[in-house]
Amino acid sequence: MGFLTGLLWLVAAIIAAMAAGWVFRTVAVALAPRGISKELKTAPLTASFGMLMILIYIFVAFFAPVLAPFSETEVVGPEFLFPGDDPALLLGTDNLGRDMLSRMIYAARNTVGIAFVTTAIAFILGSVLGLLAAVVGGWLDQLLSRTVDVLMAIPALIFALLLLTIVGTSIINMIIVIAVIDSTRVFRLARAVAMNIVVMDYVEAAKLRGEGLWRLITREILPNAMAPLVAEFGLRFCFVFLTISALSFLGLGIQPPTADWGAMVKDTATMITFGNVTPLLPAAAIALLTVSVNFVVDWQLHRASGLKE
Amino acid sequence: MSNKEVLLSIRDLRIEGRADEEWLEIVKGVDLTLHKGEVLGLIGESGAGKSTIGLAAMGFARDGCRISGGTIDFDGIDLRKASEPKRRSLRGKRIAYVAQSAAASFNPAHRLIDQYSEGPVQHGVMGRSEASSDAVELYRKMQLPNPDEIGFRYPHQVSGGQLQRAMTAMAMACRPDLIIFDEPTTALDVTTQIEVLSAIRDIVEQFDTAAIYITHDLAVVAQMADRIKVLLRGEEVEEADTRTMLEAPTQDYTKSLWAVRSHARAEQPPVAAGTTPVVAVKGVTAGYGTLDVLKNISFDIHARRTVAVVGESGSGKSTTARVITGLLPPRQGAVLFNGETLPPDYRNRTRDQLRQAQMIYQMADTALNPKQKLRELIGRPAQMYLGLNGKALDERVRNLLDLIELEPDDYIDRLPSELSGGQKQRIGIARALAAEPQFIICDEVTSALDQLVAEGILKLLDKLQSEFDLAYMFITHDLATVKSIADEVVVMKEGVVVEQGPKSEMFQPPHDPYTELLLSSVPEMDPDWLDNLLEERAAGGAGAGVRGAGN
Repeated sequence: MGFLTGLLWLVAAIIAAMAAGWVFRTVAVALAPRGISKELKTAPLTASFGMLMILIYIFVAFFAPVLAPFSETEVVGPEFLFPGDDPALLLGTDNLGRDMLSRMIYAARNTVGIAFVTTAIAFILGSVLGLLAAVVGGWLDQLLSRTVDVLMAIPALIFALLLLTIVGTSIINMIIVIAVIDSTRVFRLARAVAMNIVVMDYVEAAKLRGEGLWRLITREILPNAMAPLVAEFGLRFCFVFLTISALSFLGLGIQPPTADWGAMVKDTATMITFGNVTPLLPAAAIALLTVSVNFVVDWQLHRASGLKE
Repeated sequence: MSNKEVLLSIRDLRIEGRADEEWLEIVKGVDLTLHKGEVLGLIGESGAGKSTIGLAAMGFARDGCRISGGTIDFDGIDLRKASEPKRRSLRGKRIAYVAQSAAASFNPAHRLIDQYSEGPVQHGVMGRSEASSDAVELYRKMQLPNPDEIGFRYPHQVSGGQLQRAMTAMAMACRPDLIIFDEPTTALDVTTQIEVLSAIRDIVEQFDTAAIYITHDLAVVAQMADRIKVLLRGEEVEEADTRTMLEAPTQDYTKSLWAVRSHARAEQPPVAAGTTPVVAVKGVTAGYGTLDVLKNISFDIHARRTVAVVGESGSGKSTTARVITGLLPPRQGAVLFNGETLPPDYRNRTRDQLRQAQMIYQMADTALNPKQKLRELIGRPAQMYLGLNGKALDERVRNLLDLIELEPDDYIDRLPSELSGGQKQRIGIARALAAEPQFIICDEVTSALDQLVAEGILKLLDKLQSEFDLAYMFITHDLATVKSIADEVVVMKEGVVVEQGPKSEMFQPPHDPYTELLLSSVPEMDPDWLDNLLEERAAGGAGAGVRGAGN
């Protein structure tokens, strides 16, 4: 019976999610300017749901101080309060008696913001170097590619731990270290994609026209390499997310008392044995965002690659 | 022929294709009857539904297509109602298919003879060793060199024409009742095409196999087919015996197809002695790695003249273009522009030197950036070289679109994917014109296009030439194009200029033996042409004894 009820709940959740996606798409199509609304019409329900979720995350991250009932560091009640025990503390409290809901909201700001900045830096670094290597070729390509090979040979998490212990743990250091390590993967992809585009006749035509390197990369190659790069962005974003959470869990990431979903799972992990769902909430927040981002990326990839069902 | 038994009968065939979440009818009620041992030619432009009908004759629809109506009756079996295993047991055994590009259709990881044996063994017609000896027999019949050994090669070790013949032999393996040839010679050089055509015809006659021969080349179909069916946009235009069809077509569309290639350029007066040519190639030797692809090439191109560079694949035509544009610096020799030597590498050329020589590519699909609108595609050279911006640039782009006969308001904000093949090629021309050059290299610009569309492009190029005093270098393997557009002809073979001179001289005997071979290999509309040619060659004329580059 329990299994069946679970299944029913799951089906209900999926239906609710798709319904939310449908409502969101209808509203968005009606509100958006013509060009964008035409694109939005092609979005499947999964992608619409993903977009809705991402927008909610962004909204929460932006208005965290307004939305959160308490500050992220304030101790407001007894430790390990179950959700619903106190109507004022909706999701209960953590190991120090801080309000879970407020910390969840603030963590959206910290974790998502840091993950986004890190991924963006990794992307800019990786794709610029990757495209450059493909277009210029020769010794520059060799130099960059072999350097990347060396960096990739070292397991990512261990390398990150090593670098963080050398440069010291701070948010900026963490962002840079993860971005550099992740940019090697982006470099590989960008270079491989660009290699196939560089040999096209239109790139040859642009070279013969006398176009400079910058314009060649930004106008001729990058727009055509966008689809796989965007897809990779979605995946990388999730990985960065997990790396940050993993580092926080190990104590080298975002430092307390700053709220972070990864650290929150660690702090309240023991509660799972007492039947408390508290540690699952931040984990679910991570999972939901990861899934949402991938829904949107899948749709974009599908559209850009011209694949039909 | 028609008193023979009916083998394949298609009635009111309708096929739909899926585009943008919608089903569109691409074949709109075509009837087709094929008797035993008969060859039916299907001709039409791209998009006419030729290949789709050919595949439907096997009860097969490509991904994204579905057969939505009509009946397909093959020797008493209704292919639409038959179960998939039943259809599969027919395919390869009783109905075989020969694809356009043999190079892409063979599995590169297996030897030819293994791929040959697969069909007969799978269908239980022959054992493996029996199939192997049968393969050698058929290879011999297909006039392949070394029939005993060629089967043990991998596809990449065999030339394109030989591969196409090996594929026809493979289709013959189970002695099918019906073979569908889908443009089997389109990707081949003219000299190789002859061999494949005669081999296909012999073998079809010997085994009394019925065939559907799909092509867009009228001259080819005239040699191969007993009857011809003309298709246009999924509908039948007319059908008749080959000779009747060639001599007295009844429909206007058919007549327009027949009349193609009527375009001929007005004879130009000879260039005055002592004029500096726009482009002069002087003793150029160039190549990749240690291999010399071009050996001591020299020719001149004058203003308002078209020089056609002719040769088979691998003769160095495109490499010559790369040397002139500076993509491949020559080992020896130089390229002169209006009497001045151009720097060998394009990176060392000035912007003005780059502007003066433009290029139009063979594949308009890969030559236009798919993410840029026409406004930018055409406008960029004008912006870069002539410094036009804002309103002036917009004006110029509209002007150019007018020149290439596309309505500016309609097209200026389109992407290349929203254009047809011929329109894309026109954009390629507009982009070249936007730089206001003196010299344009046209690299096989019409070879990927249908004949009617190609005709339009040639006329346009001709018109623009007299309007802007352009010099053209026209790279092509198609001698019919040469006849219609060239003033002078340069014949190349294996990186050497075999013969060059004014067009009128080139098409009059005496020829260099290689030119003779090329000229005589161009199919003509006369249904007896292939027979006559083969007879003549057997007697030692028409370029016999000269090997084409493809072998």
